[in-house]
Amino acid sequence: MQIDKKSYQKYADARAQKSPCAKNCINAFLYGGFICVIAQGLKNLYMMFLTEKDAATLVSVTLIFIAALLTGIGVFDRIAKHAGAGTLVPITGFSNAVASSALDAKGEGFILGVGAKIFTIAGPVILYGITAGAIYGVIYYIITLIL
Amino acid sequence: MDIILPYIWAFLVGGLLCVIAQILIDKTKLTPARILVSYVVAGVILGGCGIYKYLIDFAGAGASTPLTGFGYLIAKGIREEVDKNGLMGALTGGISAAAAGIAAALIFGLLAAICFRDKRKR
Repeated sequence: MQIDKKSYQKYADARAQKSPCAKNCINAFLYGGFICVIAQGLKNLYMMFLTEKDAATLVSVTLIFIAALLTGIGVFDRIAKHAGAGTLVPITGFSNAVASSALDAKGEGFILGVGAKIFTIAGPVILYGITAGAIYGVIYYIITLIL
Repeated sequence: MDIILPYIWAFLVGGLLCVIAQILIDKTKLTPARILVSYVVAGVILGGCGIYKYLIDFAGAGASTPLTGFGYLIAKGIREEVDKNGLMGALTGGISAAAAGIAAALIFGLLAAICFRDKRKR
């Protein structure tokens, strides 16, 4: 079937309007909150064996692992369709972005395909996170010199 | 009640951070990738100002699990390193603090690419 750009745009807009903001927000709230509750539960569990800092790190690693696994078996996208920002904002969204970029690039080989494109989303996040951090570090250093 | 309360706060604060992102996605043209970057940078700024620490103390995983918590971790790592090693800490502290998350995401992402086929294609 041939469709021109205009009628496609119309079709896309009609489809897009079926997910109103209020419903998306409720879903994001429920899914996002649920993930954080799981994280809190895991943290309390790990703190029986580890220090608080190590437990917090292991919680992140666990969530990252689960999200990467669910991305691999194709389940994450189905959940994310309902959850929207609910699965994007927790660390699971970062993990999903990394894993799905890697999966997407698999056909282009493992060095310049997966190896390079795994950073499509992770790269900007790390770049600007570290840059903002370094700026903060310099400001903090100057403040400690003055005080 | 003391056992349940942290979970309720984690749910409310974590959920609310996601709602903010959802509104930004729906009402502005911010793409998910930009949301991720903004959240990390916001976490660095709020962590640097010392505001985010209160949210972590109060909401636990509800504040540490969203990507703002990742930014907070970077700011915290940098402050500790600057305290210890001076200006050099501004370069070393951030990635050290975020190392576990970055390494885990990359390694598990690579494993996913090795073990699974992309099901979304065709």
